[in-house]
Formats: sequence, structure tokens, C-alpha cells
Amino acid sequence: MRVVFPFSAIVAQDEMKLALLLAAVDRTLGGVMVFGDRGSGKTTAVRGLAALLPPLKVIAGCRFNCEPGTPCEACVGVCRHTGKAGEAPAPVVDLPLGATEDRVVGALDLERALTLGEKAFEPGLLARANRGFLYIDEVNLLEDHLVDLLLDVAQSGENVVEREGLSIRHPARFVLVGSGNPEEGELRPQLLDRFGLSVEVTTPDRLADRVEVVKRRDAFDRDPAAFVELWKAKDTAVRRRIKAAQGRIGDIVVPDAVLEQGSRLCMAVGADGLRGELTLLRASRALAALEGREAVTDADLRKIAPMALRHRLRRGPLDEQASTARIDRALDELKAA
Amino acid sequence: MKDAATVWAEAMLAAALLAVDPRLGGVVVRAGPGPVRDAWVSGFRALFDVETPWRRLPPGIGDERLLGGLDLGAALGSGRKVLQRGLLAEADGGVVIAPMAERLTSGTASRLAAALDSGVISLERDGMAERLGARFVMVALDEGADDGERVGPGLSEHLAFAIDLDGVGHRDALPISATVADVAEAREALTHVGAPDQAMVEAICGAAEAFGIGSIRAPLLALRVAAALAALEGRDVIDPEDLSTAARLVLAPRATRMPDVTAEAEPESQPDDIPPSEPEAEQREPDATPPEDELDTAENDDMAAMLDDVVLDAVRAALPDGLDALWMDQGRAAQSAAMSSGRSGARRASPDRGRRIASRPGLPKQASGLDVVETLKAAAPWQKVRGALLGLDRGPMRIRRDDFRVRRFEQRSESTVIFVVDASGSAALQRLAETKGAVELLLAEAYVKRTQVALIAFRGTAAELLLPPTRSLTRARRSLAELAGGGATPLAAALEAAAILGVAERAKGRTPVLVIMTDGRGNIALDGAAFRTRAETDALNAARRIRGTGMAVALIDISPRPRGDGQKLAEAMGARFAALPYVEAGRVRDVVRSLEGVG
Repeated sequence: MRVVFPFSAIVAQDEMKLALLLAAVDRTLGGVMVFGDRGSGKTTAVRGLAALLPPLKVIAGCRFNCEPGTPCEACVGVCRHTGKAGEAPAPVVDLPLGATEDRVVGALDLERALTLGEKAFEPGLLARANRGFLYIDEVNLLEDHLVDLLLDVAQSGENVVEREGLSIRHPARFVLVGSGNPEEGELRPQLLDRFGLSVEVTTPDRLADRVEVVKRRDAFDRDPAAFVELWKAKDTAVRRRIKAAQGRIGDIVVPDAVLEQGSRLCMAVGADGLRGELTLLRASRALAALEGREAVTDADLRKIAPMALRHRLRRGPLDEQASTARIDRALDELKAA
Repeated sequence: MKDAATVWAEAMLAAALLAVDPRLGGVVVRAGPGPVRDAWVSGFRALFDVETPWRRLPPGIGDERLLGGLDLGAALGSGRKVLQRGLLAEADGGVVIAPMAERLTSGTASRLAAALDSGVISLERDGMAERLGARFVMVALDEGADDGERVGPGLSEHLAFAIDLDGVGHRDALPISATVADVAEAREALTHVGAPDQAMVEAICGAAEAFGIGSIRAPLLALRVAAALAALEGRDVIDPEDLSTAARLVLAPRATRMPDVTAEAEPESQPDDIPPSEPEAEQREPDATPPEDELDTAENDDMAAMLDDVVLDAVRAALPDGLDALWMDQGRAAQSAAMSSGRSGARRASPDRGRRIASRPGLPKQASGLDVVETLKAAAPWQKVRGALLGLDRGPMRIRRDDFRVRRFEQRSESTVIFVVDASGSAALQRLAETKGAVELLLAEAYVKRTQVALIAFRGTAAELLLPPTRSLTRARRSLAELAGGGATPLAAALEAAAILGVAERAKGRTPVLVIMTDGRGNIALDGAAFRTRAETDALNAARRIRGTGMAVALIDISPRPRGDGQKLAEAMGARFAALPYVEAGRVRDVVRSLEGVG
């Protein structure tokens, strides 16, 4: 296993870290889109998160990460496992640039087809990412047909393969994490809207923060193992928080007043559709769970609103006013009312 | 300016540093092909073992060759999946040289950047799933003919150095004195170089900030360079001179602004900043640096301030003369950034060019159109059945017509819509708002249609390229905000500028479409003089030149009561003419669409 830069050693970037943690707590949030400059630590954060996700209970050896006792249809045919329960690290799968469609959705196993004349399914990245995270760096450079395909699967939670005489369907429920640099071109609105949360990262502008980033990175590069050891306690604490929050989230109460406030906010900023409202509430609930509280408060809404809504505002592409500012203003007005 | 001998010495120093620490990423070498560049490359090569992998990366390289894939010949021969390594994996532990690096597509540049970042290639292609080591030093040979052509920032950001050999004569290009043995020694020494202390990190970060360098990679690379410099001299401690040399080499080429004069006094205010986000952690966290607290703090502050000055001065001295030159550089960088995303390398539209997209069933029209791997996959499931039909058990693959899969490539005839907007007093100010609306609408469609948009505005005495060709809304938003109105109408200059930009876009393999929004009443001649008659002649001449280029043009007359000047101009340049006293975004879009259909 590669040594990765510890999540808890990431300086500042609080919004990005929080968004990733929320997605880890409630996987139904719909993923996270991270916009930011080059070298602002997007990839580092995702890798770091991967290292501290609580492990999954799986059927040992299953290539779709099926839960013990409930193997999926494809699993029965493809995996030749004993059905014994085991544990596996939660998958965080990279979709590298240049990946071909057959590797993404899965395809005919060429080797077995050529040598044995067998029609066997070779699962792809979507299978590997089931019940975990799928990370796409530079989403805006991904080929359009792959983007469409991913959106479709992310929406339905199921990967349907109809190619090369194969007809296979398997669960592919993953948290989509995308990153991109807005300078390299925009994302299509349909794509943007599919992400539950959207955060904007910049390189820290406080000198003290920048110095700290450089020092930690330098220390990590010199001796990764020692550096990771140094941060192990903090990372473990974060892992425990995620796990505890996952267990608690079902019991979190959302008072009616807070629900109403959420609806009012969405109307006030003109966020399209119900998806924004739903994400706002779910993410607020995840936040309350993460912080060990029993009920969602207005303060939670306030903290979550920018990341849940900023990419859903109805506006002209050249609107001067930043979305975040619009949300903040709406929040202030609601509070005053 | 630095003299040629200094430039060369620094270039060779960069070569030696890269050989000592390949994690420095690499170097952008700006120079035309010729003896000087050859001397640098061979000098660089002399620093490596003969066995070191050394690969040339052609600018139009495809993913199969770059990243790797299935070795089809071996796979068919053995019936097993056999990995064909790509160029980057082959170069593991060695060097990748990219001639004409300014022509690399943004896709290729991103793949290179990802490999430089992680040191591995994640291969997910043609049924192969592999992680392959790919640690290499990247040498990007930038042969850009003009300043608009540069290695994209996505790639150069990962490379520690940028050297410009254009001013170096071949007499200055002396052979390097360092040897493979020296490099080996320095590599060994590098493992003993201690971490930079707090003051050094602060000096480098402070300098990066002062010169407007946003990325956190720059200070990191500078510190690594400082360590490698110490190692080259066999020291195990970074000294202030290492630091200033490193800043000169790494930070100066990245500077986007001159430091505030007032900011120079600032360093004192930095150390008392409270450490970031997690205060409890900060106190317990043992630094990699030696405990400084025991030192006399006053003395420490003095040293830190001195170090800051040394580093700042080093960078400043390395910069081109003065602020103006720097600003030009900045504009250039922005422009090349905008262009690189659209640069496709597809100068001719042919079916085997452009970006590969998913293969589909069909008959290949030429040999290169067949996707062999996909075809085999399509045929493989039927082999048993087909064999049985023929009464055969084994034998060659039986492939039929409907197994064929052809490669498809994305159409690369992308267009660049160049708006030429009259922002003068004669065109009412509200035109600007309306025009912004039209540009906005087109940009919103740009993602799907892969159209780029550029904006030239003219008023006063000159035409100005406000928005270099881009698909980025962020960038467009910023530059449109700056568009102000009022003043005279330098129409001729605007038409000239539009023609030049159009021709340049065409040279990049894109289809230019000019949309000129004016009342057609120019009153400033090409030389800037305010003579109406000469201004009109100049404008008509410029219009005829545009006709000569054969570009698709539309002229939208935006005067409240058109008087025929616009129509006359449109005829001279062979433009489609539309009088729109009220610019409506939707109508402008329709005009542009009709042109794209033609072009």
C-alpha cells in the first residue's frame, strides 16, 4: 500500500475537508465537486480521505464489494468465492485520464475468450468503486461519452453492460468526487448539478498557512513513514468520528422549523429543483452527526448552504456576483426576517 | 539583462540539479532547434548513465503509445493478455524529451502532469489494469515561434526550471564539467542534506507571495532545488546562497508581479502569525527543524529578515527589466493558457486525427480505422459456435464482417467566434450590455459545441484584444467586466486586429468566425489620426483584406437608425449583413450559427 499524505495534516482548506467528510458519512449526498487552482491540494485531500475511511464488510474476494449474505446477480456468476465474510478497505478508485470505456464499465475477458472460448465478464472500475468513492481528477478533460456514462450510472446506482454478447448488470453505488480547474473550461450544467456538494479551493493566502503547508509537505517527502506516524493519532480520531457519525445519522432529528428555513432559503436564492433542498438537509444532518449532536440547527444549515447550493443557482453564466455571496446575503435576510 | 555566459551557466546548473534530484520534475527549454539547444541536451545526457532510458515524445502522441495498452501481437500469439508498456513507463528512471512541447494537447499535458505528480501510470485501457512506475525527468523543448505559443501552465507548473537559450551563441555553449560520477556523489550527499529551517521556508514562501506566485508547488520545488545545490557542493546544510540561487532559478520565471515596495518592510509582521487551523496540534507537533526556541529570538528575527531580503533581491535581479516587461509576460501567459485548451494539433481535418472516442460497429474504410482489440472482443464469444459450424475444434480466429469495430475520432473542426465590438461613443453604451448578453449566450453553448470565443473591443485610438480565445467562463467574466465605452471609433485598427487574430486561429487548425458589431462610422485612421475620410478609406481597405482571407464574417449594424455605412462595409468584406438596432442575444446567436454552417 502506498503511503499517502495524512488527511488531518492538510492545512486550512476547511470547506473541502468538511465536504469530503460529509460525503463519507452520508454516501447518498451525491458526491463532491472540487474546483480549484493547480497545486491547491485537491488530489492530496481525496487520497488522504481514502486512507481513513472505515473498512467495509464484504464477501471475501468479491469483485463488486458485495455485502456478506447478499451477493449481487453478477457476483454469483463472476466471482468464484466461497461466500465467506471478510473486511476490505473502502475503495477509492481513480479514473485516470486515458481510460478506455471497456475498463470503466467492464468488458469481455479477452484472455479467457481467446484461450477457452468462454464468455466471461471482466469487471471494470465501476465495479471496483461500488460502495466506495470514484475520483476523477480534471473532470473537464474527460471525454464526453465517458462523462455521460458515469452520470447515468451514478444516477441509477447500477451498471448495465450490454456489449460483446454479454448482458450483465451489477450495483455501482459510489460517491463521485470530481476535481477541476475552472480556467481550463467550464463543466456542463447538467454535470455540475449531479454533484451534491460543490466546493471551491484556493491555495491558502495567509503566509503562515503557506509556510506550514510547505513545511509539512517537505517533511512528508523526506520521510513519509515517520510523518504518517506523527499524524496517526489525529487520523485515527477522524476515522472514529466518521464511523460514529455513520452509526448515528439515522437518529438525527430535523426540527420542522429548520426544514422550513431550508425551503425558504432555497426559494430565496432561486436554487432550481428539489435536489438542492434535499442535499441541504441531508448534509446538515451529516454535519450534526459528525459533531455528535442529536438535532440539526439553523447554524448547520448556514454552514452547509454555500456548498450545497452554490452550483445550483439560476443565473446567467456571466453574472458578476459570486454565488457564495448571494447565498450569504439570503441567509442574512432570512435571519433578520 | 543577464549576459549569455550567465544564462548558459544557469542552464547547465539546472541540468545538473535535475540529474541529482529527478523529483524536481524537469525543465522548459525555450530555444529553436540548433547547435545551442543540441549542446544543452547532450550536456544533460552526459550526466546520466548510458543505460538510462531516454525517450522522445512526439507532440501528437496517442494514448496507446503514451500510456500503454494491450500488446496485440503477443496476445494473439500466446493467447494471454500481454502488456505493451507506454512511453512514460518505458522512461521510468530516465528522461522524457518533448520537442515542440508548445504543441502538446492539453490532454497529453495533463497525462504528463499526472505522471510527474504521482510517479506512476494508472493504466486502464484495452482490458489491461496496471500501475506502472513512471518516474522521469521531463525536458519540454519549447520552440514556439511567437509569444502566443508556450508550454501550457498545467505542465510547466510541475517543472522546476524554465531556461531561455535564445540569446546564447554557440560559442557560449561550453561543455559541462560535471560527470556521471559527480552526480552519483551528489545524489548520495542529497540523502544527508538536512531539512530547511523555519526562516528559510518563510523566506521562500514570502518571496513567492511577493512575486504573485499562487501555486504551493513553486516554494516546494525551490526548497528541493536548494537542497540539491547543497548536495552538489557536498554540504549537508542548506546555506543562504543555496536559497537565493534556488529562488532565482525557480521563482523568477514564475513571477507574475513585482513585490510591493511597502511590502518589503513586512517580514517582521509574519513570524507572530499564529500557526494555522489546529492550534493544539501545532504545539505538540515536533517540527522537522531543530528547536529554534532556545536561540536568541531577536537575533533569529534579524537573520530571518536578512534571508527574506536576500531571496527577494535574487528573484528581482533575475527578472526582465522592469514592470512593463513583466506585465507583458503575464498577458502572454494568460493568452497561452487560453489557447492551449483549444490547441488540438489537428491542422487538417482527417478521419484519423483528433481525440479518440468509443469504437462502434462498422466497416473500416482504411486500415487505420479498424480497432483490432475491440474487433477481437466482438468475435471472441462466437469462436466455439463458429468452429462447430465448420466442424473444427481449433484453428485461427474466425472473424466476420459484423465483428468489425471501427475507431471513431471526434470532429475537430472547432470554431472560434471573434467578436469585434464597437465601444466608442457613437455606439451607445447600452450596446455593450447587449453585446455582453450575446457573448454570454454563446459561451454557455461553448462546452457542448467546443466553440471558443474571443473579444476585440475598439474605442479611442486603438483596438484591444480583451478576451483571447477561450472556453472559460471565469476568464470571460473577468475581462468583460473591464469593458468600458466612450471615445472615438478606430474601426480600421479593429478590422486589422480581427483579421490577424482570425488568421492566427486558422493556423491553429480552428475555423475563425468574425462577428463585427458597429455602426460602420469609423473616424480614426490606421495611424491613429482623426481624419474621417482617411479613416473611411482605411476601414474599407481593411475590409477588403478580410474578404481576401475568405473568413466567414457577419456585420451587425447596431446604430439606432442605420445609414448605409454598415452595409457598405459589409459588402466590401463579403460579410453577411444584419441591421439590429436592438441587439438581441438570440438573434446574434442565430447569425453566428448560420455562419458556422457555412464555415
